[in-house]
Amino acid sequence: MSKTVPSDQKLDVAPPYNAVARHGVSPQPSHDEIARFDFLANFNKFMASTLSPGNKLAYDKRVLPAFLKEHGREPQDRFEIRHAMNKDPFHKFWSALKRNSMEMRQQNGRAIVLRQIDELNAKARQYNGGAQGVKSTLELNPEIAIPRYQSAVDIHCMPGSYHGEELPGDVSAGANYDCGIFATTGGGLGALTDGGGQALVDWIKKERPGWEPRRVLDIGTTVGHNIVPLALAFPDCEFIAIDTAAPILRYAHARAQSLGATNIKFIQANAEDLSRWDDGTFDWVQTTMFLHETSGKALPKIIAEGYRVLADNGLMLHLEQPEYSDAMPLFEQFLRDWDAFNNNEPFWSSMHALDMKDEMVKAGFDRDEIFETGVRAVVDREIFPEAPTGEDEDHGRAAFWHAYGAWKNADQMQEAAE
Amino acid sequence: MTDQVFDWMAAANKKAKGKRPEYFDDPEDERMLSILMAVVGEVSVLRERMDTVERLLDAKGTISRDDIESYTPDKEAAYERGAMIREYIYRVMRGPHQMVEELQQAEPPVEEVSRELKEI
Repeated sequence: MSKTVPSDQKLDVAPPYNAVARHGVSPQPSHDEIARFDFLANFNKFMASTLSPGNKLAYDKRVLPAFLKEHGREPQDRFEIRHAMNKDPFHKFWSALKRNSMEMRQQNGRAIVLRQIDELNAKARQYNGGAQGVKSTLELNPEIAIPRYQSAVDIHCMPGSYHGEELPGDVSAGANYDCGIFATTGGGLGALTDGGGQALVDWIKKERPGWEPRRVLDIGTTVGHNIVPLALAFPDCEFIAIDTAAPILRYAHARAQSLGATNIKFIQANAEDLSRWDDGTFDWVQTTMFLHETSGKALPKIIAEGYRVLADNGLMLHLEQPEYSDAMPLFEQFLRDWDAFNNNEPFWSSMHALDMKDEMVKAGFDRDEIFETGVRAVVDREIFPEAPTGEDEDHGRAAFWHAYGAWKNADQMQEAAE
Repeated sequence: MTDQVFDWMAAANKKAKGKRPEYFDDPEDERMLSILMAVVGEVSVLRERMDTVERLLDAKGTISRDDIESYTPDKEAAYERGAMIREYIYRVMRGPHQMVEELQQAEPPVEEVSRELKEI
């Protein structure tokens, strides 16, 4: 090849898709399928770091001045900025490129998965129980209805969403979701796309050294990326991972089993109604990047039910992108909202406008029990990059989260003990 | 075999539920950009394949298709290939990239400069 790399300089390039680890139900990519994800990973990096700053320039230099002239005042909210920016030629083109990148990621992922769907289904069946029937660690309940907030549109432009099937009983939704996250995050989530789960393990080991939860509930688990590292770190603990979509759970269970996380039970359930579990059943109730995929009425129900099934001295933890507080500039709120309207995340905007602390107080927590912290993906830094935050951040996709948490009645428990 | 009844190529193209936003005044431009971006991606794929072939030939002198399919770059090769893709992206994205520069520095039309030069 031509020499494009100066020896004294390290360019910011995405790690190769070859560095993605394979587990028992990983789709096997061909040379060219790998190359497609290599292109998209680097293209998304280019979009976030090199082109995206043009949005702020367009806003400052022409969109805001024109708005001021027309209205005689500043924009009042992120929606006014969006409507004004949607007419700007630079922002329009940037958005169109970004939308195409998201659509290409879906097409590329589906093509890998669907051409080998028979093999993938066979592998999943083997891990899920084989000829002996379904293992007791996978419980599918066909009576669970797909809620409107999951069916109204296909979330993040993933055709068929989490609950779609191409062939009856297949695992294509999970396999496609799993194999393409590398492309959208530029490898920021690590070899098994579990940098979030690894970060939770690191965080809890520092926060509560020696703590051994008895039972953990993971709500909206999808393919179990974030729960498998925890299950492996706490092998004596019982994990329950729930989701409303059967196809994603079939894949999640097979994936977890192949990775040796046999202490997770995957159950098809809706977190708005956890009545099958008694009060105080769990020592840890958590969601990771899930609440923005629910709805205005479902979210408080889910947190209230989570509070009810959480034991005293137990931990509730939610990982999300940062909320749109008054301190966050409106332009940043607008940029962080891109996925809401351009990548089929219809509750994203409203959810990030909620004060999660208020929501947790409404569910029953004392305000002084609640804490907030930042959690950065833990990945092998030899191969995978640290996700940029700030100027170069790919808003909405950065592998850096805002955690909202609380230890239930921890103060009272401590006082009682003393 | 399901491949006789299940056309995975058509299925891979399935549209996501939810009305697609319109970015351009002319809807045909949406389709043109989607075709163009797919080709941009495929050219990158061809370049990466060619790079694999060249590296294998350098190392072994003769290769098979299996060698190409199972090729895994080492750390240095992976970085060089990443840089190659990055360079390619910068080349094909010159137009949008220059839009950012135009936003940084507004410039008068050359016609205006021409009139100015006539007078100085």
